[in-house]
Amino acid sequence: MPPIWLVFVAVAALCAGVVGSAHAAWQPNRPVEFIVPAGTGGGADQMARVIQGIVAKHNLMPTPLVVINKSGGAGGEGFLDIKAARANPHKLIITLSNLFTTPLATGIPVSWKDMTPVAMMALDEFVLWVNAESPIKTTADYIAAIKAAPAGKMKMGGTGSKQEDQIITVAIEKILGTKMTYVPFRGGGEVAVQLVGNHIDSTVNNPIEAVAQWRAGKLRPLCVFDRVPLPVTDKIAGDQAWSDIPTCKSQGLDMEYLMLRGVFMPAGVTREQVQYYADLLKKVRETPEWQQLMRDGAFNQTFMTGAEYAAWVDTEEKRHRQLMQEAGFLAAN
Amino acid sequence: MEEFAHLFHGFAIVLQPYNIMLMCIGILLGVIIGVLPGLGGANGVAILLPLTFSMSPTSAIIMLSCIYWGALFGGAITSILFNIPGEPWSVATTFDGHPMAQQGKAGEALTAAFTSSFIGALFAVIMITLLAPLVAKFALQFGPAEKFSVFFLAFCSFIGMGKEPPFKTLASMMIGFALAAVGLDSVTGNLRLTFGFTELLNGFDFLIAVIGLFGIGEILLTMEEGLSFRGRAAAINPRVVWETWKELPRYWKTSLSSCLIGCWMGISPAGATPASFMSYGIAKRTSRNGAKFGTGQIEGVVAPETAAHAAGTSALLPMLALGVPGSPTAAVLLGGLLIWGLQPGPLLFVEQTEFVWGLIASMYLGNLVGLIIVLTCVPLFAAILRIPFSIIGPVILVFCAIGAYTVHNSAFDVIMMLVFGVLGYLLKKCNYPLAPMVLAIVLGDKAEEAFRQSLLISQGSLGVFFSNGLVGTIMGLGLVALFWHLIQTGFSRLRHMVA
Repeated sequence: MPPIWLVFVAVAALCAGVVGSAHAAWQPNRPVEFIVPAGTGGGADQMARVIQGIVAKHNLMPTPLVVINKSGGAGGEGFLDIKAARANPHKLIITLSNLFTTPLATGIPVSWKDMTPVAMMALDEFVLWVNAESPIKTTADYIAAIKAAPAGKMKMGGTGSKQEDQIITVAIEKILGTKMTYVPFRGGGEVAVQLVGNHIDSTVNNPIEAVAQWRAGKLRPLCVFDRVPLPVTDKIAGDQAWSDIPTCKSQGLDMEYLMLRGVFMPAGVTREQVQYYADLLKKVRETPEWQQLMRDGAFNQTFMTGAEYAAWVDTEEKRHRQLMQEAGFLAAN
Repeated sequence: MEEFAHLFHGFAIVLQPYNIMLMCIGILLGVIIGVLPGLGGANGVAILLPLTFSMSPTSAIIMLSCIYWGALFGGAITSILFNIPGEPWSVATTFDGHPMAQQGKAGEALTAAFTSSFIGALFAVIMITLLAPLVAKFALQFGPAEKFSVFFLAFCSFIGMGKEPPFKTLASMMIGFALAAVGLDSVTGNLRLTFGFTELLNGFDFLIAVIGLFGIGEILLTMEEGLSFRGRAAAINPRVVWETWKELPRYWKTSLSSCLIGCWMGISPAGATPASFMSYGIAKRTSRNGAKFGTGQIEGVVAPETAAHAAGTSALLPMLALGVPGSPTAAVLLGGLLIWGLQPGPLLFVEQTEFVWGLIASMYLGNLVGLIIVLTCVPLFAAILRIPFSIIGPVILVFCAIGAYTVHNSAFDVIMMLVFGVLGYLLKKCNYPLAPMVLAIVLGDKAEEAFRQSLLISQGSLGVFFSNGLVGTIMGLGLVALFWHLIQTGFSRLRHMVA
């Protein structure tokens, strides 16, 4: 770290009143870097910064947690950074589905096996959205509209290319036996606004990316790509709550997709070190701030650590390989 | 009139001593961040974000937005003194600001830069106060085609404006485009031109290129010319501020057009950097002194600084009203909003009046406080030029290296900075202009992305760029700017024939 960062970190540590506490087990003895393999302002970045804020506010760690964005090459830069930091216990990374999609689509030599799974923090949901002024009111209308339009006429906007949003789009195309035009944008917020501005016809935004526009009556949710409806019953728009959105499966779009929001460490770290961070993240999940974030974003609050988590990641990687192979997204090597 | 009641309530919140203290701390930190190349406003705000978790959201946003204003002010300092832009949006400030410093007029240039920044920001805040809902609606009109047309206009208003032959400008711009193409192709998701080097995943970062081309290149040139700064004769006179102020109202036309360009760029959202370039290009076209731009015209400092600050300020509006950040710093602030439990979007103005109007009131006061702080320091900054180069040169070099490292925390970037430095030196020696290359690096991939998104939407038809009044007008303006020289010659010939 350059001196200037250290100064800021020291100031941050002092001001936040971070005081070392006496623990017998392993604990970090210098600032911990929290890598975000995505740009500032996105879902992973928000979650990382909320965790950073909670850790600082509740004095959960003796040293500061510093969020660093390494978004190059669809997150490849961040993953390579963790791969290169073998056995370094002062580095964490928060991942999204690009943990699977980036290596598969670009051929960047990295895989989750180059890292140590620490904890799954949550799973992010996907909802099918249209503009509130659109004549499409239900998933059935949506299916009919796509089938009626000439191939490629309907435009689906999403974040990034050959990533989760496009995987879902390809799955919808396959189910309906037609083609749409997928338009990639930089971030979820931008995608939602492009839909509000009627520049595209539909999106598969995460709840937190589109909730503000839904509340303002600009967007309409059609269905959620999960097995069961969302659990949050707070009223969002009028008398509608997240829990009122039907599942896509029940509406004739048989596709389920959830995105990992999980934390990893470099490979080669000791078991105590992994346990320290798993416990830390467990404490983070118990704070009211975290609960608020989960409600705002209607997250699926599955929490996993250890072998269970590793097994989940392994299954999910195989599923992504298959989905991406079917879509023709694999790198040509 | 309800807005004014809200605004005065906002002022009442901001004027609490605690908030005023946070404001001053924010501005000072921001100026320091702005002066250091590489450590941009976005980084600075991100590093200091955790400090604010224990504050109330309103106090937190006051401090963070003041860091942002400070960085906007501070970026101009090193551009003028050393020809090293502290921030991407102050690249255009070097064109006339540095020649002024070389002529011993560093104080005037700094005063002009700070004052114009303030005017730009003030204009943007007044616009936000009066027109927020309308402006948010305007921002929604910008789809990919509209965005591309804005970038197109930025490039066109820049071509042929240098003293250098147009083909050298074009060559320089094309090198910039080629460099911008390296890295991930965001439309297909494949890697381009990385030749298997994982270091190149990120492409060539604009900041690294600027620090190298301008900073290191300038140091190499100075060394060749015998280790002396040409700005040493600068007389340090506290009255310089007042003298410059008397001169500034003369450039009201440039200021006004720069304010408008800046606000538009901030909202659309293209950001402060294209705003500063475009505004400089257009001022050069329309000003009476246009031909002398680049030789140390005060107007050439006024135009980019006004636009950059107007854009930087108005970029906060789409963030608050739509949840779409208009600049990288706004993106970090957006993350902050969510952590403080606020949801940016159309309802923020309705549900969180205290927060929104507190922020808007702090924009007025923060910029005023910022102006006072930086203006009192003008003689101090100008005095830096009295330090011999053999001392300040290595210091600059170290700061450049730290700055390059900070961008991605990568030592590879420091090497890239040196390579760009040598390239910058060679290009300067061969009289290739650097600015078009920088413009192409910063806007190249965004323009390409918007172009390809538009074509995806239109299924390959170029007609999309003239498909509605808005995009058609902007593209038309771009074409006029591109062929301005020919049009001008045509007109004067016509006049000759009539006469």
